[in-house]
Amino acid sequence: MTRSLVWDRVATGVFWAIGVFVVLVLGAIILHFLLASIGTLSLDFLTSDPSRTELGGVGPILWNSFYILVLTMLITVPLGTIGGIYMAEYAGDGRIPNLIRLSQELISSVPSIVVGLFGLALFVTALGWSFSALSGAMALTVFNLPLMMRLSEQAMRAVPQDERDASLALGSTKWQTVRHVVLPLAVPGIITGIILTAGRIFGEAAALIFTAGLSTPMHYDFTNFDLTDPQSPWSPFHPATTLSVYIWKLNSEGLGNYVRQIADTSAAILVIAVLLFNLGARTLGSVLHRRTTGSR
Amino acid sequence: MTTEENVSIAEPPTTQVAPATPVAIRVAVRPEGAEQVVDNEVRIKVEDLNIYYGARRAVRGVTMDIAANAVTAFIGPSGCGKSTILRCFDRMNDLIPDARVEGKIVLNGEDIYAPGVLPVEVRRRVGLVFQRPNPFPMTIYDNVAYGPRRHGQSDKKALDQIVENSLRRAALWEEVKDDFRKKSGLALSGGQQQRMCIARTLATEPDVILMDEPASALDPISTLKIEDLIHELRQRYTIVIVTHNMQQASRVSQMTAFFTLGEDRAGYLVEYDQTAQIFTNPKQQLTEDYVSGRFG
Repeated sequence: MTRSLVWDRVATGVFWAIGVFVVLVLGAIILHFLLASIGTLSLDFLTSDPSRTELGGVGPILWNSFYILVLTMLITVPLGTIGGIYMAEYAGDGRIPNLIRLSQELISSVPSIVVGLFGLALFVTALGWSFSALSGAMALTVFNLPLMMRLSEQAMRAVPQDERDASLALGSTKWQTVRHVVLPLAVPGIITGIILTAGRIFGEAAALIFTAGLSTPMHYDFTNFDLTDPQSPWSPFHPATTLSVYIWKLNSEGLGNYVRQIADTSAAILVIAVLLFNLGARTLGSVLHRRTTGSR
Repeated sequence: MTTEENVSIAEPPTTQVAPATPVAIRVAVRPEGAEQVVDNEVRIKVEDLNIYYGARRAVRGVTMDIAANAVTAFIGPSGCGKSTILRCFDRMNDLIPDARVEGKIVLNGEDIYAPGVLPVEVRRRVGLVFQRPNPFPMTIYDNVAYGPRRHGQSDKKALDQIVENSLRRAALWEEVKDDFRKKSGLALSGGQQQRMCIARTLATEPDVILMDEPASALDPISTLKIEDLIHELRQRYTIVIVTHNMQQASRVSQMTAFFTLGEDRAGYLVEYDQTAQIFTNPKQQLTEDYVSGRFG
């Protein structure tokens, strides 16, 4: 066998081994938490209050996680998509768009604990929203918006120039072209982006410790629709510990008999949720891609 | 240029004295021979057209009149600027950031590069068929209805009529009449896609149809269908076609313009005459060398 063939085999083997290693690590993480949550993970655990004396569940905390997720998405998806349209179709390569791109990268690389401190100063203190779901969602928006903008910009840039030219040559305006050709073709990419960022938001802890807070109303009354009442689960002003923050809290200062089990089970829920988000993104992305390109 | 003479321009064309205002162009009805010749009115008048990309001049001093209800072929070696000139006729070059156009292009008596003329308006009167079929990922119906819809036609019956007429004129109706409302444009064969793109252009009711090597990506049978279609369309439309294929130019066109690259790397018009003249009895040596296959 010649030298080049030997090296070809070696290279293939190394890449294969790295791939297997990555899969094993992921499998080990999932398996560890699944095994640790056996006996604890149940519908009751997902819905009951943490304050119970026997084995407290994560009902309100899970609610908070989804509440903050939805609130953040309501803010970032429209703004991020509009920003992405601007960056992809209108901005070009001038000074201002380059400044925007630089800012996007910088914000994305700021540690999330720092974003949390910023949120504490601005939303919690200066704006007086105190520790609340809204403060948390705004802190998450700070670093999720640039990411969302970037992802939707990329989805739109991936639309072939041919399609734009075809539309423009038929006498459509630029906005008509964006609205009727570019956006529909970019939707699968944008939705994939939304779900992937959703996974990130769902798992975020550091930025929420100082903004959404470490507490939650003990008993949620879902018939209380007073949006200004910090005790109402529907109000953006209720303090809202999320699942990740709860895990951190249990592990650092939790007391009681079941702390270990509760933390591990919460972690299992978190891992499964994020995994589902990612699988969902893939499936929905490919379904939408097939539908919009008509290759069914 | 008078009604009796045809243009033939020797390098450098910029020294050419501006011809008298033309009223008609003598066009051979049958491309194979000039036995039957009629006078067509002028649809597009090009006056001393220069096209620049940044500081580089890509096209130099083109002056020509394009006859209504005739097919005019642009031939010449790669890079001689024939597509660039074609794309000026519907201001698609406006989309290239540093492209600049000097001179006049007069369509139906109006300079389409005059200040205040909107490219969108020009493109509604001048259709462009691209080299590669570029259907939108929508149904055939939605593809063809795209232009009229963007121009404000929303009446369903009117749209139905436009779509059917356009598909008939593009010689595609018989092949798709059963499923054109459901079938994706992408599910058609390459040749059918190109005819659908032509139907899409016809639906906007242009005066002029520009075709940029419309058959170069197609198989021979599809190519013949497109050529037959061009013959049909000449009755109603003014057609300008860029082609690499000299047989195609001689088959489909009544007038032929031969362009080549000058020593300054700018394309210019060498000779413009009835197609039969260009291919059998050209006045310029360069033309003769090109059509006889000695270069290019």
